[in-house]
Amino acid sequence: MGRAGAFLPVALFLGLAIVMWRGLYLDSKELPSMLIDKPMPSFAKVTVDELPVDNAALPNEPFLLNVWGSYCLPCLVEHPTFMRLSESGTIPIVGVNYRDQRELALNWLEDNGNPYAFSILDESGRFGIDLGVYGAPETYLVDSEGVIRYRHVSVLDETVWREVFEPAIAELRAEEAQ
Amino acid sequence: MSIRAFNRVLVAIVPLALVLLLSLSAEVAQGQVDTFEFDTPEQQQRFRRLSDEFRCPMCQNTSLSGSTGGVAEDLRREVHRMIVEGLTDAEIEQFMFERYGDFIFYKPRLTRETLLLWFGPLLFLGLGGFVVVRIWRNAQNNAPEIGELDDAEQRRLERLAAETTRLKDRS
Repeated sequence: MGRAGAFLPVALFLGLAIVMWRGLYLDSKELPSMLIDKPMPSFAKVTVDELPVDNAALPNEPFLLNVWGSYCLPCLVEHPTFMRLSESGTIPIVGVNYRDQRELALNWLEDNGNPYAFSILDESGRFGIDLGVYGAPETYLVDSEGVIRYRHVSVLDETVWREVFEPAIAELRAEEAQ
Repeated sequence: MSIRAFNRVLVAIVPLALVLLLSLSAEVAQGQVDTFEFDTPEQQQRFRRLSDEFRCPMCQNTSLSGSTGGVAEDLRREVHRMIVEGLTDAEIEQFMFERYGDFIFYKPRLTRETLLLWFGPLLFLGLGGFVVVRIWRNAQNNAPEIGELDDAEQRRLERLAAETTRLKDRS
């Protein structure tokens, strides 16, 4: 075996070690969304206030689509961030009230504040399936054309906002301004 | 009862209790299906098979049929709806894929992204085989040759043997 051949096992080991090291830090719980760069699925539903809504009601600017439920504790954790964003008018937020009961959803909004332009009522979870939702909370960044650009699974707190959403939104706005 | 007898009873009972507990929980895990009505037994069979083939996206290590998760419940309902509406297996799989990607399949499709997943193990088997063959060949090439001793060697061997016997006798 040549000199180069002697180093082959070492090279193989190093290669494998790097791949597996990376694998240790991959989050297998966070699935990639299939809807990135695809338009939001079409819907004709009612809001939690029982007003009819469809795709035409979506904001004509970049907005957040937040999947929430009154039963969902992590939603309560991220709620102050959405309240702050809504009060400061940073970005419109549309809610999807996912697998919840209307009465409980209304109570929850009354108790904790309502940061949503409106919340789509999805009691059956059927709209959630079209979105590829697998559990609240999830938050999507949607552009002014209604195309989904990013999905975040689980809590969107101030850190996630600062490190992920703020830059992504700035980039999206810059792109749309051109 | 002596401690030893007590221990013996314990040793007998604990595994039994464990087995019982496990079988109970297995029953609970399997009890998620069969609240749906089908037109034909064949449809029901397809439902069972499909909900075993799809992985629950939320709970990750159970199939749709074994999961209590909310989204699994919704997806089972969708599978049932599509079967009753007469969609083919391929169409149902496509529906799931468009929303949840390859993750939803316990047996992922063969695409460019899943090539490594499918053939990676084979690749490593090949690598391992290559290494084994290499080692085996090297061992053969380096093996000392076994042949006849020449006269000088033969004499030296006899001398050493005689020496050893003498040393042994003396001790």
